[in-house]
Parts: sequence; structure tokens; C-alpha cells
Amino acid sequence: MRNPLRIARWSPYVVGAGIGLLSWATFYFMDKALGTSTSFVGAAECAVGLIAPEHVESSDYFLKEYGAKGGGFKPILDWQMALDIALVAGAFLAAWLGRDLQGAAAPSVWVERYGPSRIKRYAVAFAGGFVLLFGARMAGGCTSGHGISGGLQLAVSSWTFFVSMFIAGIAAAWLMFGFASRTNKEAAPHV
Amino acid sequence: MFENMIAEPRVLIYGILTGLVFGFLLHKGGVTRYNVIVNQFRFKDHTVLKTMLTAIVVGAIGVWGMMQAGLIEELHVKGAALAMNAIGGGIFGVGMVMLGYCPGTALAALGSGSRDAGVGIVGMVFGAAAYTEAYPWISSRLGPIGNLGKVTFADLLHVSPWLLIAGLAVAAVSLFVVLERLGPRPRTD
Repeated sequence: MRNPLRIARWSPYVVGAGIGLLSWATFYFMDKALGTSTSFVGAAECAVGLIAPEHVESSDYFLKEYGAKGGGFKPILDWQMALDIALVAGAFLAAWLGRDLQGAAAPSVWVERYGPSRIKRYAVAFAGGFVLLFGARMAGGCTSGHGISGGLQLAVSSWTFFVSMFIAGIAAAWLMFGFASRTNKEAAPHV
Repeated sequence: MFENMIAEPRVLIYGILTGLVFGFLLHKGGVTRYNVIVNQFRFKDHTVLKTMLTAIVVGAIGVWGMMQAGLIEELHVKGAALAMNAIGGGIFGVGMVMLGYCPGTALAALGSGSRDAGVGIVGMVFGAAAYTEAYPWISSRLGPIGNLGKVTFADLLHVSPWLLIAGLAVAAVSLFVVLERLGPRPRTD
């Protein structure tokens, strides 16, 4: 049997079960649920705070997410921020061990529809990231905090998010890519 | 806000360990790839759904089991404000297709070498800043709509969580069987 660390891709069921088990550990050892998007508020407000700290300290939303109970603020470099930074390293390790580091400036599905322009891809990626995080904070979580952690806790908020996200994503994919099928080409294993 | 910037070392080490494992798994699962994420929403690749539903079912069994056994004291359910959850979720879905990653997988994709994910992360920080400014306006209008508090479906329907978890497990496994037999063969690039 090949060393599994050297295999580029694992079964989604194995990975899903692994993330499920990781959730057990975060609940049991850390009293936490997996989540990633709150720290983007911390990072953004850190930057704003360098210029206008009083603006950040009086912001309703910053107080909601980072205000400490007895006054003052919770640390911005906290459990989740550490998790977010380590995510980058963990994925690098997985890609490096599997000899699967991604080099292309633009992904192939994008290039087939919108061409190889790097500027175009980066512009949409920037706008997409903006929209993504705005939506995540409005909904109160993202694919990990709502999708996985909230889903497994059977939370009403999270399943509402999950269903809405899929419906909107399908509509957006239809607008951006159409449903014109390139199935034959995509089914070919050598592509 | 800068007086108390850094959490205690134990908390940070826990966060780092969790992030390393999570990032490793996300990449091995293939969900750090733009093609995999976008093709989920085009019904051409169901990796995202398979990964998430498996994580939810496995996670639910352990977390609710530990709750039942008294090994953990509380859940971390997010409050339901249904208009905010639904509209925010919709905005999120659009952003996810434009960027091709979600927040966690964008960080992981950056680690695996996808530069467009890095650009997306900068966009995300700006999006977070914009929401912070927009929050009073949005929450005062939409926050009260469908505000149910921190409820689970077990609370709402007055049923045992195990009934719901069993139903979810059966639904997920049935879906997996159908997808494996009839579903599309995902592209490998």
C-alpha cells in the first residue's frame, strides 16, 4: 500500500469523517466549534484600528464579536485566528507531501469560460471574497461555523444558511457558466 | 482594543493544532480546488456535499453522544435570525461561486499554492470591514425577523436529537449511494 500522505487526493468520505472527528476534539478538549470567518473581522478591524482606534472601539459589530463581558475586549489573536493561520500551513503540508502544489494563475474551469487573463480572474476573486465575507458575517457564520459545526448541532440558523447558500450558489453558477453541458469532455479521465 | 491582543498560549496551541489538521484534511479532500467547489454548484462534482454531509453526521454522533454522557457541558448553537441567516447565506453562495472558495478553503487553497485564493482573502478582509460598518443598519431592520434564539431542530420540533441524526444519516447514505451509482465522474485537473 502506498503511503497515504503521498496520495494527492483522499476519498471525501474519509476526509468528511476526519473533520467530524476533529469536531469531537474541539468540543471535548477546547470547548469550541470549528469556525473560520469571525477572525476576518478581527483582522480588518485591527487594520482600521491602527488609523482610528476609537471608531473600532465604539463599533456595535466589533463590540458584539470582540467585546469582553466585563468591559474591554477579547484578544484578536485568539483560538480561531491561530486556526486560520495554521490552515494555510496544514494545506501546504498536505499539498507538498502529496506533490500536489497548485501552480496555475487561474483555474481551468474559469479559463475555459473566461479566458486566461490573470487580471480578470483576480478582479472577480477580490469581489467574490468581499461578497463572501459580507454574507458570512450577515448570516452569522460560514461553511465551517454554520455548515459543519451548526449542521452537526442541528441548529435552525445553520440549516437555513446551508439551504440558502446552495440555492443562491446554483443560481450564480448558472448565470456565470450556464448549464450548457460539457459533460463528455469533463467525463474523460485524461482531461 | 490593542491592550489585550493575544490569547493565552494553551488556547493558541489548540488553535494551531486544529488548523493544521483541518487544512491538511481540506486539501486532501480536494475542496481547496476552485474547480471542485464551482462544479458542485453545477452538479458536475459532488465532493463538497459528500465531505460536508459525512462531517455533519459523524460530528453529530460524537458531539450529541458526549452531551448525553455529560462529557461536554454545552453546545455552541448560533442564534437563529432567519432573515439574516437566509439572506446572508444567499449572498455567501454568490460570493462562493465568484471566488471559488469559502473562507476556510480559501486559506487552505492559499497554502496549497492557489494565488487567486490569496487575492480573495484580501477581498474578504475588506468585506468584513464593510459589514462592520453596515451592521447597525442591517441588523436593526432584518435582525428581528424570524428571531428564534439559539434553537436546534430538536428544540423546535420537540423530538429527540437522535431521531433527527438517524434521519440525517439515512438520508445522507442514500444520497451517497445514488451519487456513486448515477452521479457525474468529476474531472481530475
